[in-house]
Amino acid sequence: MRVLGIETSCDETGIAIYDSDQGLLAHVLYSQVDMHECYGGVVPELASRDHVRRVIPLVKTVLSDAGLKGRDIDGIAYTAGPGLIGALLVGVAVGRSLAYAWGIPAVAIHHMEAHLLAPMLEDNPPMFPFIALLVSGGHTQLVEVKQPGDYRMLGESMDDAAGEAFDKTAKLLGLGYPGGPALAKLAEQGNPARFRFPRPMTDRPGMDFSFSGLKTYALNTITTEDNDPQIKADIARAFIDAVVDTLVIKSLRAMEETGLRTLVVAGGVSANRQLRHRLGELSRQIGALVYFPRPEFCTDNGAMIAYAGFLRLQAGQQESLSFTARSRWPMEELQRVRYPGSGIASWKQDTSG
Amino acid sequence: MKLLALDTSTEACSAALYVNGETISRFELAPRRHAELILPMIDDVLSEAEFSLKQLDALGFGRGPGAFTGVRIATSITQGLAFATDLPVVPVSSLAALAQGTKDKADYIIAAIDARMREIYYGIYRINKQGIVELNGEEHVCSPDKVNIPESITSCYGAGTGWLHYEKILAGRSEKKLLGFDGDRYPNAIDIATLAVAAFNQGGAVPLDRILPVYLRDNVTG
Ligand SMILES: Nc1ncnc2c1ncn2[C@@H]1O[C@H](COP(=O)(O)OP(=O)(O)OP(=O)(O)O)[C@@H](O)[C@H]1O
Ligand SMILES: [Mg+2]
Repeated sequence: MRVLGIETSCDETGIAIYDSDQGLLAHVLYSQVDMHECYGGVVPELASRDHVRRVIPLVKTVLSDAGLKGRDIDGIAYTAGPGLIGALLVGVAVGRSLAYAWGIPAVAIHHMEAHLLAPMLEDNPPMFPFIALLVSGGHTQLVEVKQPGDYRMLGESMDDAAGEAFDKTAKLLGLGYPGGPALAKLAEQGNPARFRFPRPMTDRPGMDFSFSGLKTYALNTITTEDNDPQIKADIARAFIDAVVDTLVIKSLRAMEETGLRTLVVAGGVSANRQLRHRLGELSRQIGALVYFPRPEFCTDNGAMIAYAGFLRLQAGQQESLSFTARSRWPMEELQRVRYPGSGIASWKQDTSG
Repeated sequence: MKLLALDTSTEACSAALYVNGETISRFELAPRRHAELILPMIDDVLSEAEFSLKQLDALGFGRGPGAFTGVRIATSITQGLAFATDLPVVPVSSLAALAQGTKDKADYIIAAIDARMREIYYGIYRINKQGIVELNGEEHVCSPDKVNIPESITSCYGAGTGWLHYEKILAGRSEKKLLGFDGDRYPNAIDIATLAVAAFNQGGAVPLDRILPVYLRDNVTG
């Protein structure tokens, strides 16, 4: 089965084709980040206006990159939420009408489910069940993933998402927008011993997060300290250490609570080198298995949508001609997906016969 | 000539299938339900006529102006259908569609759609000998008291939600020339189809990369 995936939930147009036998055949991404940069954040109407210009040209590109024609596509998957409603509707409408005209099934995908399934695209995919740590621009969540579509929320952010905290702190340090990656880079020159930021909500039980205080802490430090490049790097370092520590502590709690020993980390912040490094160390120390998507599939992309679509289409799920997009969409409302065995290899054996 | 038309640019949602002079259509006033209704409507008119998309000659769609999200829904749907079928596409103004729907009321139709933020989208249309409306001047987005009706126009009729919301101001701008108005009028795919067929015969189809909305209001970052 070959699935075309369409992602337009925010400021990136991502299109990809996933093949159940050959894996990912092609993927392209157009980022609007330069367009929104001067506004210091995503302007929803501008995002929607750009998606409507990009989707079809990018669909053409992936088809030609994969050496395929429209008739070679067996199903279409599109992000239907959560995200910016106007932006989502562009991808949903193009995807749904393409599927209608091609006479193939279409399926609506939950953006965060797609993020957490992204590591399934790698050569050594995780096995279900596992704990997912979702750390992106809009979400920070710890989820118990029993199998695809069967999710239990263990904890989430009470205020800013991890990526949002990165971006806001980066802005305070004059690093532009979205400054998450730049902040991470600056922190590499930072002295970890100069400042110590709090580890929010780690001193009480539970797996919820709160990152908005860290941003305030950073602001206070910036205003009381000299405007010196080294100090800025030290602040960046202290900030990241605090975020990473907090994420690690809560992830450990989730594993203890559930008895699960597999951790999947996904979403934009999972591209962060410090976080990957710390979790890598941790897995060696406690014998846990930790999985990440490749860095380009940590942030938004069409590949994860195509893959999630394949799972759901293969399980027989499909949309009627009425389509919708949802700005909010609790993951726990999703339908469970039949997923025999564990890992992609056994899945393939299962479907080849 | 067989052409499928759709419009979701205002509170109304509609689809129409034109086949050699006959039109089958669906129309519903359904604010915020366009995503739910439009493809079923399209499927309905096609199955009623027992046509498949592939048997059509062209597509027409309401390219705006109107509600941004609605205009993009029609545009995106049309892009998907056109890419899959290779059918030529004719973009049609939602204001022109409004005017076409009331074309017999006067020599000129002032089509106006409420644009929120105390503005309207409007255009002035003249009916040609073939019974097809033609734009006189340009389409505008502006405050209703900036509407400008040229001296040369002797009789006109108002259509669209702009008239519902700004009846007095717009009537004032049209003075004695105004024969009447209907503020409860919405663009209808039937008229999109008529205009698209006429434009198609004049070579009005556009390539895939020009199936795009016309918003008129371009300052959206304020
Ligand atoms: N190397 C990095 N270190 C820290 N943060 C990073 C890094 N790379 C990306 N990010 C952050 O990841 C976020 C973007 O991730 P993603 O694209 O998954 O978010 P989103 O799609 O906007 O939000 P959501 O998925 O919650 O809807 C931004 O906040 C960005 O700063
Ligand atoms: Mg994302």
